[in-house]
Amino acid sequence: MRNPDDILLEALQQLENIGSLAELDQVKARYLGKNGALTELLKGLGKMPSETRREAGGRINQAKEKLELALKAAKEAIREAQLQAQLARESLDVTLPGRRIGRGGRHPISRTQERIENLFGSIGFDVADGPELETDFYNFTALNFPPDHPARTMHDTFYLEDGYLLRTHTSPVQVRYMENHQPPLKVIAPGKAYRCDSDLTHSPMFHQVEGLWVDERINFAELKGVLTDFMRRFFEQDNLRSRFRPSFFPFTEPSAEMDISCVACGGKGCRVCSHTGWLEILGCGMVHPHVLRSAGADPEQVLGFAFGMGIERLAMLRYGVNDLRLFFENDLRFLQQFH
Amino acid sequence: MNPPLSSGELAHALTMAGLEVEAMEAVAPLFTHVVVGEVLAVSPHPNADRLNICRVDGGQGEALQIVCGAPNVRPGIKAPCALVGATLPGMTIKPAKLRGVESYGMLCSAKEIGVAAEGAGLLLLAEDAPVGMDIRAYLALDDQSFTLKLTPNRSDCLSVAGVAREVAAITDCAIALPEIAPSGAEIDDQRRVVIKAPSDCPRYCGRVIRGINAAAETPRWMAQRLERSGLRCVHPLVDITNYVMLELGQPLHAFDLDRLDGDVTVRFARPGEPLVLLNERTVALEDDMLVIADDRGAQALAGMMGGVHSAVTGATRDIFLESAFFNPSAIIGKSRRLGMSSDSAYRFERGVDFALARNALERATRLVSEICGGRVGPVTEVTGELPPRNPIVLRRERASKVIGVEFSAEQVSALLARLRFQVEERNGAHHVIPPSYRFDLAIEEDLIEELVRLYGYDNVPALLPQGKEQLSPRTESARPVHEIRSFMIMQDYQEIVSYSFVEAEWEADFAANLQPIRLQNPIAAHLAVMRSTLLGGLVDTLRFNLNRSQERVRLFEIGRCFLPGKDISQPLRVAGLAYGAARPEQWGEAKREVDFYDVKGDVEALFWPDSPRFKAANHPAFHPGQCASVMLDDTIVGWIGVLHPRWRQKYDLMTGPVVGFELELAPLLQRTPPHCHEVSKFPPVRRDLAVVVDEKVNLQNMLDVMLDNLPDVVSDLTLFDVYRGKGIDSDKKSLAFRVMMQDTRKTLNDEEIDAAMARLVDVLSDRIGAELRN
Repeated sequence: MRNPDDILLEALQQLENIGSLAELDQVKARYLGKNGALTELLKGLGKMPSETRREAGGRINQAKEKLELALKAAKEAIREAQLQAQLARESLDVTLPGRRIGRGGRHPISRTQERIENLFGSIGFDVADGPELETDFYNFTALNFPPDHPARTMHDTFYLEDGYLLRTHTSPVQVRYMENHQPPLKVIAPGKAYRCDSDLTHSPMFHQVEGLWVDERINFAELKGVLTDFMRRFFEQDNLRSRFRPSFFPFTEPSAEMDISCVACGGKGCRVCSHTGWLEILGCGMVHPHVLRSAGADPEQVLGFAFGMGIERLAMLRYGVNDLRLFFENDLRFLQQFH
Repeated sequence: MNPPLSSGELAHALTMAGLEVEAMEAVAPLFTHVVVGEVLAVSPHPNADRLNICRVDGGQGEALQIVCGAPNVRPGIKAPCALVGATLPGMTIKPAKLRGVESYGMLCSAKEIGVAAEGAGLLLLAEDAPVGMDIRAYLALDDQSFTLKLTPNRSDCLSVAGVAREVAAITDCAIALPEIAPSGAEIDDQRRVVIKAPSDCPRYCGRVIRGINAAAETPRWMAQRLERSGLRCVHPLVDITNYVMLELGQPLHAFDLDRLDGDVTVRFARPGEPLVLLNERTVALEDDMLVIADDRGAQALAGMMGGVHSAVTGATRDIFLESAFFNPSAIIGKSRRLGMSSDSAYRFERGVDFALARNALERATRLVSEICGGRVGPVTEVTGELPPRNPIVLRRERASKVIGVEFSAEQVSALLARLRFQVEERNGAHHVIPPSYRFDLAIEEDLIEELVRLYGYDNVPALLPQGKEQLSPRTESARPVHEIRSFMIMQDYQEIVSYSFVEAEWEADFAANLQPIRLQNPIAAHLAVMRSTLLGGLVDTLRFNLNRSQERVRLFEIGRCFLPGKDISQPLRVAGLAYGAARPEQWGEAKREVDFYDVKGDVEALFWPDSPRFKAANHPAFHPGQCASVMLDDTIVGWIGVLHPRWRQKYDLMTGPVVGFELELAPLLQRTPPHCHEVSKFPPVRRDLAVVVDEKVNLQNMLDVMLDNLPDVVSDLTLFDVYRGKGIDSDKKSLAFRVMMQDTRKTLNDEEIDAAMARLVDVLSDRIGAELRN
């Protein structure tokens, strides 16, 4: 009988040199298979004398167990090596860009409008919409513009056939909203307005936000408070100063023009504020009793304040746009900056 | 008046009181040591053709030798003389040698002392200018000029007197308006005045002045004030009427008496009545235009402009001077209609103090007498229906409630007193009669505004409303427009904003709209019609950006369209278009041009969870074989398609297909809040169904047939493959559907599954002629 330890040694030597599971299986078959060397030894045990059989059987089985353990370890080592090789093969250039779907962007006017809606929405303002092709009644008469009054001609109105006009401001929505809602009401109405005027600082189409708050008790001091707060939040400047100057709009009284300290220079004076330190930013006032009445409300029972501001102006100041015409030229190189 | 304020402080006070000071300028820049000089003698410079050596008396005791290059220098003239040591804008005067001749000073042009932009020669001064007097004092060059931007309600401030009254009120400072003494009649001559429109011309004052000095000249002080107010000097009589208008706010008109035949009549024009205006334009009058007429016809457009026939000229000796009040309603809109403007019309349209006419006539008379001489006739004054002055009740509580500041009765009285209003306190309220020049005040709110204006807007606190919190009334079923916008942006579309008025051609091409809504007064010919589709603006923007080297353009716009018809409708829409590669160019995906189905996917996702139907259709903008209407509940809510090749050619977009869509926004803004259903505990079963149909069969028909006959167990039916080619006849195609089946009560067994599949195969075979694919 061959010494089982020799066979084991021989098998272990062979295991040292294999690199694949197939080779491992060959080694296994060679020693532990049906005709394997150790299997053959075990088969030969029967022919051995009983006094040596026991001792020889023990040695063969020991060698077999050792070989089985070695085979198992070798198998794991091969698997691990294969996994490592696979992982190495599969490594990516993680710096290649991700698969792109592409993203469009918001027009700066929309962006500004959304911001205004969110700020007023945070104190409970509804958002209303109204027609852009308006009647003389809603654009002027219901807003207390007397016929042919210079305040009307100042509006440079676009006229259409059949007595229609393009609304010259978003204020008609005040009247329309009041007709359909009962006070107390808080609403803003953003949208397009049109005036027959086109130069560096005027666009024939522009955007305004109208605001209206009607309640049993609402006053001019609160108008100042709400608008001052709005401007501070919009420009994110807690120290923004504001001032209100008497002005005239047929549909508000008292009327005011609101100025804010220049957001570009902080009020020191620069090109943006024409070196005055102030920026005219919006018109506002207490809703004129005639307007309340023409919308079906009783001025003795309710009061209101209203304001109107230009979205382009706010957008220009907020984002540093220096040319009004850029908004309507729709050059992607300009628009894509606003995401 | 002399309020204790600097010019800057006064400007600020005016602005904060509602009279916005738009500009404040010194009438001349700073300079010193310039005096009135008299040229005594002039002799030619020995070494220079264009220079002269002058002896100038500058009031310094000794005559100065000054070398001067001005062409208009000659002995005897007076001109500004800068002495040695003078600082002028941009230079200092020192003793100098000019081509070898010593010079001690400089004679100045208007430009050199900064009072005019141009000045070719010396600024010639009047013969009586006192030699040696500081030129700043002589020409009143220390004045500040204010430009006020007046709101249309404050026409009472369209005069120096009006602004002075306002300054007195806002600074609480005394004001002494000059007394105007009436001139006694020196002659009896009168013109009879007949008013045929007593409510439109409630007051007319006129008088005859005879024997005007034709050689009279407008005095320097008046000319200077007129010029600094932006008026040109024309003729002493015209200058005087302009001057009184600027001083008091009353427009006046001087007629040449000889050119007026018979009575002076204030009446409405006859339709088509001709009048040649002072500006030499002939206008055909309309019957709502008020005129001043004589026996022959209209001689002036009342309150707007005189006629050339009766205008004063250098030859005028006798005049009829008019000072009248015309109601704004009689003047308003007329000058615009005639395409003209005048200072007089500007004032009468906005309103003039109805009590001012006679006083202004007396003031003008006095100036005419002083400047032009002549003998004055008596005033003819005719009054009609003057505006009533009713007391306005001002309740202190109301004022406090509107402003949010507690006003005491004393405070109210004191503030109103500053405005010189007639006030009476009765039953705890102030009964106010404003002066005639404050015709803008009619109701309580007008007085509240006056009150807070004088109180100071700045002194009203800025308060946040308390106890009025209310949550926003927005509902869950309303989807905000911004969500649509965000969605489109996530789908890689850039938002644009284009004009609502477009080229008529776009309307014809992209909407077959041959009768668009037209603007009567467009800003430009190419912006003359209202859009009925957003596609025109999108295509134009695409082209604009392709011309700027963009290769991939995906745009959308949300805006209103204007649809002509008996009742004009103006729906909001969302439209978009995609051009170029379907995805941004990248390493991981093959480049592919965007196609119909890319954009259709975007539209479907926009409607999710609703699923609109798409139906082959024709739309003027799109390729007839690559266009669909988008339908919700059998209503067309939009269109999608590939831009018609004709428009690609016409609009120069030949480099690649353009896919566009336009949808009504309203249906997209409604959504149903979700309602929860039980989730089945039993496993779903998937079966695939592949059928072969004729090429011309469209998917929607197949889906409709299956959905109409859908076995209850089928929970979802999705097309997952379209195959043409090997194994399929060339005029046929194979479609494969994934059929999901599920029951909420039990696990499905094979018979149920097979029966459901057989049912689908049967209806497809019966109705569509589909064959099961082997």
